[in-house]
Amino acid sequence: MNALSTELPQSATETTVLVVPGMHCGGCMAKVERALAAVPGVASARVNLTAKQVRAEHDAKVEAADLISALDAVGFASQPRADELVRSASAAKPLLAPLAVAAFACMNVMLLSVSVWSGAEGSTRNLFHWISALIGIPAIAYSGTPFFKSAWAVLKRARTNMDVPISIGIVLATGLSTYETLSGGHDAYFDGVLMLILFLLAGRTLDAMMRDRARAGVDALLSQAAPGASVVSADGSLQWVAAADLRPGMVMRVAAGERLAADGEILVGASAFDQSLLTGESAPAAISVGGAVHAGTLNLDAPVDVRVTAAGPDTSLAEIARLMDAAEQPRSVYVRIADRASRLYAPAVHTLAALSFIGWMIAGAGAYQAVVIAIAVLIITCPCALGLAVPVAQVVASGALMKQGIMVKDGSAIERLASVDRVLLDKTGSLTMGRPEPDSSAIEALDVDAASVALGLASHSRHPHSRAIEAALLARGYCAAVVEGVAETAGIGVSGTWSGRRVSLGRSDASEVISTTLRIEGRSDLLIPMIDSLRPDALAALARLNALGLEVTLLSGDNAGAVGEVAREVGLFAQAAAGPAEKCAAITMLQAQGRNVLMVGDGLNDGPALAAADASIAPGSASDVGRQAADLVFLGDSLLALPRAVLAARRTMRVVKQNFALAIGYNLLAVPLAIAGYVNPMIAAAAMSGSSLVVVANSLRLARAAR
Amino acid sequence: MNGLLILLPIALGLGLLGLLAFFWALKRGQFEDLDGAANRILYDEDEGPHG
Repeated sequence: MNALSTELPQSATETTVLVVPGMHCGGCMAKVERALAAVPGVASARVNLTAKQVRAEHDAKVEAADLISALDAVGFASQPRADELVRSASAAKPLLAPLAVAAFACMNVMLLSVSVWSGAEGSTRNLFHWISALIGIPAIAYSGTPFFKSAWAVLKRARTNMDVPISIGIVLATGLSTYETLSGGHDAYFDGVLMLILFLLAGRTLDAMMRDRARAGVDALLSQAAPGASVVSADGSLQWVAAADLRPGMVMRVAAGERLAADGEILVGASAFDQSLLTGESAPAAISVGGAVHAGTLNLDAPVDVRVTAAGPDTSLAEIARLMDAAEQPRSVYVRIADRASRLYAPAVHTLAALSFIGWMIAGAGAYQAVVIAIAVLIITCPCALGLAVPVAQVVASGALMKQGIMVKDGSAIERLASVDRVLLDKTGSLTMGRPEPDSSAIEALDVDAASVALGLASHSRHPHSRAIEAALLARGYCAAVVEGVAETAGIGVSGTWSGRRVSLGRSDASEVISTTLRIEGRSDLLIPMIDSLRPDALAALARLNALGLEVTLLSGDNAGAVGEVAREVGLFAQAAAGPAEKCAAITMLQAQGRNVLMVGDGLNDGPALAAADASIAPGSASDVGRQAADLVFLGDSLLALPRAVLAARRTMRVVKQNFALAIGYNLLAVPLAIAGYVNPMIAAAAMSGSSLVVVANSLRLARAAR
Repeated sequence: MNGLLILLPIALGLGLLGLLAFFWALKRGQFEDLDGAANRILYDEDEGPHG
């Protein structure tokens, strides 16, 4: 690297960050780095596999497009990251330093404490207590800050959470131990306090790391390039304008295969528009001059010029965003199981400690002894294992799910998913693939000549139907025939000459279903129906959901005919022609009946419903809005991800409940000892680490939860 | 007791050294990409184009 930079002394180095969602393993990482480093002018390339990004240092003459095509050549799709500065803050990172300090202090203080327990007396014990205090007090003050801050924040609002009893326990035990040290007493609890902080911070860090990891995965999926449009300026030149800067009256030129960035009406041209993300309607709508088109729809056939009529907050997209905001309100009320437990636990612990203080005072013990016993009760009941019970189980389960290609956004999603008893399934893109595929029986029926001609023609077009036919034929091992003089007529199809005969592949008006016609001069026309097929394993997945006791119905924005056909095929009840607001209403109605609803959807029109449901899952092919609104995102095509996720969530919650039982059981054994005054720092430390280890071991059983 | 006076500072010093090393690694961004680091060990540096 040094050699390179001396060879090119003048060129200023620049940094480009590309998002490469397809990187999964070390092999991909090495391929990407080598491909980029081989581009002339690139000084270095370093992959961040967690964030699925690669950072390349290069001189000024290398463009981002060069890097993207270099990656394309080795089979990785990539996009430049939209904004270098917007980096989502990590939740785990601020906890790492306190965790390290707690671990360091805990180890050293424990070293001294073991000597005290094994019988150090007199001045040696005093020396050890003093050193423990010198290490312990600053370490406790620093590494306990996350708990103190959180406890103070809820106390100010006159509420309580898990951090309040923890903070009180830490402060009181530290105070008592300091007093013992100053007065040359027997027992100092610095080791116990530090161990408590260490275990609790470990639980917090795991929880935060899980959220970071899932978010990094979802961020990498989201298309990072800012949406926008090519705007035709007065002199006829084209200029790229970001969606936020589009103004009514501007004229956008929308190429075939491009998504509209704003609402508008067509000035020049005519094309078919795929509105499935916006409305769920599967059949493309043909719209010509003067017709209204909406932001978020996909232009299928031909380039059109569109005059913007509404942009930014006035578009149909923004309306959906508003619905989503409204829908998300109830979900924020959800209380996580750990917080529910602490609501019961915190008052019980404090009452118990206060009662033992009062009891010992009445029994005639001195104030000092009563305080020592009350604090011992607090320490021994401090929810060390309780703090680990939920996060460890959820981290292990979400790791298992991630291996199966299911990304969980946060721990509460698993809790909510476990309680689901009703499933609403969107049709286009969720139950089905959401993209037209050539009917496989029609493809099988093609002879070698016809198939290779079709492949030769299809490879010249970027129309979604051509791409689908090309993919289907390539997958069956056909080679493209040499077709000469190929020309594409927008909205009609591609045509050319093959062995002196006119051939064409194009739109068909003959049949009712959407289809493509292959014409070869001197032969009869061949019809290839284009159908939106069911996801693989759809029937098996629905059967498994039923076996799990979940009632499934279809909820689609598509027309009744198309929905009815699919509903009959899979044997489900269905509601058709439901807009975003109707979908939300259907969910609210079920929730009012006491059902917990799981929404599965992909489109923009599903966004509000995904946000309103108790839990939601979106396929990785979903719209950005769908993926952001959903709790879980599954990669790949198979619908088996649904029963797998529900099953894993239920197993996780079973383990969480076992963890609670184990942790509380341990405390139940130790508390009578503490109240009776028999607890010393050694028993406290043993109870704490013992119950934590048991909880962690129990959680590790979830590593196979997603099978 | 004399042994303690030597051994204790050594034990604490070594621990502190470890802690400082961790902070140094944290600041240098070595915990940014744990998945990548786990995989990087499998690939020889000199397989790359600079080799």
